[in-house]
Amino acid sequence: MSLKDFGGTRFSVYKKRSEGEQMSFISYLINGISLGSVYAIIALGYTMVYGIAKMLNFAHGDVIMVGGFVTFTAMTSAGMHPLAAVLLSAVACTVLGVVIERIAYKPLRSASPLAVLITAIGVSYFLQNLALLIFGADTKTFQSVISFDGISLAGGQLKISGVTLVTIAACIIIVVGLTLFIRRTKAGQAMLAVSEDRGAAQLMGINVNGTIALTFAIGSALAAIAGVLLCSAYPSLNPYTGSMPGIKAFVAAVFGGIGSIPGAMLGGILLGIIEILAKAYISSQLADAIVFAVLIVVLLVKPTGIFGKKIQEKV
Amino acid sequence: MKNKKRWLSLVLAAAMAATALTGCGKSSDDKSDSAGSDSKAEVFKIGGIGPITGDNAIYGKAVQNGIELAVKEINEAGGINGYQVETKFEDDESDPEKAVNAYNTLKDWGMQMLTGTVTSGPCEAVVSETYNDNMFQITPSGTSVNSVQYENAFRMCFSDPAQGTVSAQYIADHNLATKIAVIYNSSDTYSSGIYQNFAAEAKNQGLELVAEEAFTSESNKDFSVQLQKAKDAGAEMVFLPIYYQEASLILAKADEMGFAPLFFGCDGMDGILAMDNFDTSLAEGLMLLTPFSVNATDEATQNFVADFEEAYGGIPNQFAADAYDAVYVIKAAAEQADLTPDMSASDICDAMKTAMTEITYDGLTGKSITWGTDGEPSKEPIAVKIENGDYTIM
Repeated sequence: MSLKDFGGTRFSVYKKRSEGEQMSFISYLINGISLGSVYAIIALGYTMVYGIAKMLNFAHGDVIMVGGFVTFTAMTSAGMHPLAAVLLSAVACTVLGVVIERIAYKPLRSASPLAVLITAIGVSYFLQNLALLIFGADTKTFQSVISFDGISLAGGQLKISGVTLVTIAACIIIVVGLTLFIRRTKAGQAMLAVSEDRGAAQLMGINVNGTIALTFAIGSALAAIAGVLLCSAYPSLNPYTGSMPGIKAFVAAVFGGIGSIPGAMLGGILLGIIEILAKAYISSQLADAIVFAVLIVVLLVKPTGIFGKKIQEKV
Repeated sequence: MKNKKRWLSLVLAAAMAATALTGCGKSSDDKSDSAGSDSKAEVFKIGGIGPITGDNAIYGKAVQNGIELAVKEINEAGGINGYQVETKFEDDESDPEKAVNAYNTLKDWGMQMLTGTVTSGPCEAVVSETYNDNMFQITPSGTSVNSVQYENAFRMCFSDPAQGTVSAQYIADHNLATKIAVIYNSSDTYSSGIYQNFAAEAKNQGLELVAEEAFTSESNKDFSVQLQKAKDAGAEMVFLPIYYQEASLILAKADEMGFAPLFFGCDGMDGILAMDNFDTSLAEGLMLLTPFSVNATDEATQNFVADFEEAYGGIPNQFAADAYDAVYVIKAAAEQADLTPDMSASDICDAMKTAMTEITYDGLTGKSITWGTDGEPSKEPIAVKIENGDYTIM
C-alpha cells in the first residue's frame, strides 16, 4: 500500500465521519428545538400570569400533569378520540386554573408577594398529592396523541418525529395567537392595562379580577396542551411529571424576560437547544449545570432577561 | 392591629394546648405499648420499610406483599420456634429522612427485627440507626455497598458491584457484543454503582465501551442525545443499569430513531412489563440479569407465584421474591439461634449475626445461599430475555 492510498483511505473515512457528525448535529438541533418548544409553551403560562397578576404560579407545572392525566384517562378508560381527549383536558385545566385562582390566590390579592408564592407552592403539593391519591404512584405509559409518523430526510439518516413537528407548530401558533389576542382584542388590551398599572386600570373601568381570572384560564389551557405534548414526546406519566419541566420552563421565562411573550418562546427554545447541545458535546452529566450557568451569565449581563423591559420605579 | 394581636395570642395558646395534649397522649400510648409487649411476649415483631407511595412504589408494594405472604405462611405452619410472627410495614417514599422516621415508628411499635429498606438511599440512612440500636436488619433489595456496611446488616439481593461485574462477565462469556454503550443515572447510587463496576470489569473482559452517557433524575425525559451518541459510536449493545421508568422512555425513543441494538439491564429493569399501558413489543429482546424468574419450573417458585397471584392479583416481581425469601431467612436463622420473642432486640441481633453465617438457605432467588460476616449473599443470577411479552429464562 502506498502512502497516497493510505492517505486517501484516511481522508474518505474522515469525510464520512464528518458527514455523520453533521447529521448528528442537525438531529441534536431538532431535538433541542422540540424539547425547547415544550418548555416554551409551559413558559408562556408562567410569563402571562406573572406579567398580568404579578405572581409566580408555581402550581403551573402541576396543572400540566393534571392535563396529562385527564387526557390519559379519557383515552384509556373512556376510549375517547385523542383530539376529543385533548379538548376535554384543556377544558378541565381551564376550570381548574380558574378555581385555583378563585380559591387560593384571589383572597391574597393585597397580601405580600411572599404569601402568594408560598400559597402557590402549597397548591403545587396539593395537586401532586391529589394525583398520587387518585392515580397512584406507578409511572404510566402515555400513548401519543399524534398518530402520523413524521418525516425522514437525507435518505433516512435524519428523522423528525410527528410529535416534534406538532410541538414546534403548536408553539408557533400559540405565540402568534396570543400576540394577536393581546394586541387586537378588548380583553387583550385590558390584560395589557392591568399588567402596566392595576390601580389605574381599575379606575378606567377595567374589571381587574375578571381579567386576572381570564389570564389564569388561558394559562391553564396552555398548560393542558403543554402536558399533552410533553407526555406525547416523552411518554411517561406520574404525579411528579410536571414539576421538573415546570421549573425549567420558569427558568426559560426568566431567561427570555419574564412577562414577555416572545421572550418566553425564545427563552424556552434556547434553553432546550443549550440543554441538548451541552449534553451532546460537553458532558451528559453536567448538562443541567451548564444550562443554569448560562442563565446566570445572561442575568448578570442583562438582569431583566433577553426581552425584559426595564421598568423605572417612579417615586 | 389590636385585633390581630388578640388572634395571634389565641392561636398560640391553642397551639400550646395542642402540643401539651399530644405530649400526654404519646406518653400514655408508650406505656400501654410496653406493658402490652411485656405481658404477651409470644410474638416475634418483624418490621418492614419501603416506598408504597412515590416514584418507586412498585418496589415497596412488592416487598410489602412478599413479607405479608411469607409471614402468613409461617404463622399457618406454626410460626418461628413455635411463636407467631407479627409484621408491620411503614412507607418511606424512597426518602432517607422519611425512612428514619418510619424506623422510629416501628421501634415504638416494638419491632425486634427489620426487613428493609427497599431502596438503597434510605437503606444507607437506616442502617446507621439499626447499627446504633443493635437491631438485626436484612434488606431484601438495598443493593448499594453501604446498605449493609455494618455487621448487623445483611442483604438478600446482589450488591451493585456484583451486578455490574456479573453483567460484564455474562456479556463477555456469551459473546453478546463487543461494542457497548452505557446509559446510567449519575444522580442515583444504585445506577452509578453498577456502572462503575461494569466499566471496570468490561475492561478486564476486553469489551469496548464506546459511549458512557449519563442522565440525572432532574433531566430524565429526553434521551435522544444519549441514544444518538450510542448509535453514532456503533454500539451493538446498550447497557442500562437503571430503573424501568426511564428505560421505557429509552426503548420508545430508540424505536422512534430506528436504533435497534441489544438492550441489557439489571434488576431495576424488572417491572417494565407491568407498567400501565406500556407497549411490551418495545421491550422485545431486552435482556436482564435477575435473581428470580416467575417462569422458573421448580415447585417453590410455582407455588409462590400461584399464591401471590391469588392473594394480590398480579404476577410477583423479584422484589416480592427477595422479600419473601428474606422473611424465611430470618426464620431459618432464628431457628438456628433458638430465638424466643422475650429476648431484647439487641440480644436477638447478637444471636442472629452469628446464626446468619451458619445457615445455608434454599429459596426462590437462589439455591444454597450462604452469608459472610460482611452481609453479602453468595448466589448466581439468572439471565432472562423478554420474548413475546414475557420473561424467558436463557
